[in-house]
Amino acid sequence: MIGYLVRRLGGAVLVLFGLSLLLYGLFYLAPSDPAILTCGKGCTPERLAEVRHAMGVDESIWAQYQHFLTGLVAGRDYSSGTLTRHCPAPCLGYSFETDQPVTKLLLDRLPVSASLAFGAEVLSLVAGIGAGLLAGLRRYRWLDRIVNGLVLAGYAVPVFLVGLLLLLLFCVQLQWLPFPTYVPLTTDPLAWAQNLLLPWVALAVIQTAAYARLTRAGIQETLAEDHIRTARAYGLPESRIVWRRALRGALLPLVTLTAIDLAAIMTSAVLTETMFGLPGVGQLLVGAVNQIDLPVVVGVTLLTGLLIVAANAIADLLYAAVDPRVELR
Amino acid sequence: MGAAIAVFMILVAATAPLLAAVAGQDYTTYHDNLLDSARGGVPLGGLGGISSEHWLGVEPGTGRDLFARVVYGAQVSLGVAVGATVLEVLIGLLVGTAAGLGGRWADAILTRFVDLVLALPILVIAISLLAIVPQDWPRPLLLATVIAVLGWGGTARITRGETLTLRTRDYVAAARLSGAGWFRIARREILPGLTAPVLTYAALLLPTNMIVEAGLSFLGVGVRTPTPSWGQMLSTATTWFRADPMYVLIPGGLLFLTLLSFVLVANGLRRALDPRQSEVLR
Repeated sequence: MIGYLVRRLGGAVLVLFGLSLLLYGLFYLAPSDPAILTCGKGCTPERLAEVRHAMGVDESIWAQYQHFLTGLVAGRDYSSGTLTRHCPAPCLGYSFETDQPVTKLLLDRLPVSASLAFGAEVLSLVAGIGAGLLAGLRRYRWLDRIVNGLVLAGYAVPVFLVGLLLLLLFCVQLQWLPFPTYVPLTTDPLAWAQNLLLPWVALAVIQTAAYARLTRAGIQETLAEDHIRTARAYGLPESRIVWRRALRGALLPLVTLTAIDLAAIMTSAVLTETMFGLPGVGQLLVGAVNQIDLPVVVGVTLLTGLLIVAANAIADLLYAAVDPRVELR
Repeated sequence: MGAAIAVFMILVAATAPLLAAVAGQDYTTYHDNLLDSARGGVPLGGLGGISSEHWLGVEPGTGRDLFARVVYGAQVSLGVAVGATVLEVLIGLLVGTAAGLGGRWADAILTRFVDLVLALPILVIAISLLAIVPQDWPRPLLLATVIAVLGWGGTARITRGETLTLRTRDYVAAARLSGAGWFRIARREILPGLTAPVLTYAALLLPTNMIVEAGLSFLGVGVRTPTPSWGQMLSTATTWFRADPMYVLIPGGLLFLTLLSFVLVANGLRRALDPRQSEVLR
């Protein structure tokens, strides 16, 4: 178990290492110079050299990457002219664009993305398991058909298309909801949920389809197993068989999937955030990419990479915890 | 049904220049005279300016013919998705068979590598990558390559699994005993057995890649104007959808229809090629 965790951790560090190196290499090779953008119009060569130095892009790629790693582990000092700032570990540098520490930018925006991902996950779990259960029990033939159709359709809609249609319907045509703006949960929980409702639905559609499909298959498989037949033979009421036994077996695979999906949702939230104009991590990335804001891009990518790697590890552990047949190697 | 729509869309994409010529329009000409400048450039007339000349109306803000843009957009969307899928299958087959046949060490290293690729936050990296590359590179080609380079992990994993089972078959042992080299075995004995599972998987990859392309173009790192793509149209539509809902509904509806048809085809293919799974997924 401990050996497994250590190996897993090693693998995670390696992935993040590779990811950051890849980004640094690409930005270094890229023909666009972030210093020119920062310096602006009418920039003299001397001023440009100064800016380059202050941003640290006048060094070789290895020196830059080395400094980055040092900052991440131990923190580092930035000096521009006479002013020296200390950036404590884990230091991801300062944004070229806004001059704020990247760590702060990420932490400011994380609650938005987390709210979005968490709500969408809950919504899709409830809707997906419900639909899958209804279809799997095959009480009503037509219901099975409808769920099936919706599952297939759910695979075929991009998030932003659902988002646009929802906005069109609920905000423009019916005017039931306001255009989403982010309200922190701590300020006003009701407004928080009301504003995030449409983004949640948009984001949940695809996951719901996947969950419905899994639950349905799982229910049918479990209901065909021997222990269910035994329970029926004992004369247990059907509702008890379904709730206590069949559902349990059917939901096993969902446990691990949820952990992985939560991280996956965070990354696909890039589209949803841009679509609805929510100030989350994804929106930060899109903005930073257009401004060639290297520290921010690296920060966001590492954060999402970290989330995915962590989610995968948690999923494996959960799987071993709920299913005693699985052994961790 | 699904297959019919899919074939129709592929035909539309393939004959885009012809269709645009039949309609007598092209996708770059601005028609300022068809826009209502008092309302900020919304098309004149109902339903987004649909008329006998402009079959699907015109684009708000520019007045470019929507029919021409939609059919050329089909070309870009489908072309990128098909290109990316083909590339992914090629890389996946190569790495997967190498891992399956290469012995313990090769397998261990390659499997680790595949795990790493599968763990990448694809969308996030693709955005960063596409933003860095110079603007004058051919965007559709670039998009297909980036999507493929980040997305071949699944194919490789499936190929490896299948190869590991196939290599224990008697006919593979017979081939090896008769002195066939590894390359020959991979090509003549293993590859035919891989066709069904890889084809089924690739059929599902195609709509997924289309969604990724549309998403990247939606975020503004995909194809650039004047080249049209459905995702990019929807991106512009975010600023116009209040005034001109048709501009959302036309490219959006087509995108949905095309994706749905491909998903249906993939589903049918799986049922036909893998009777064991169809029991569960029916």
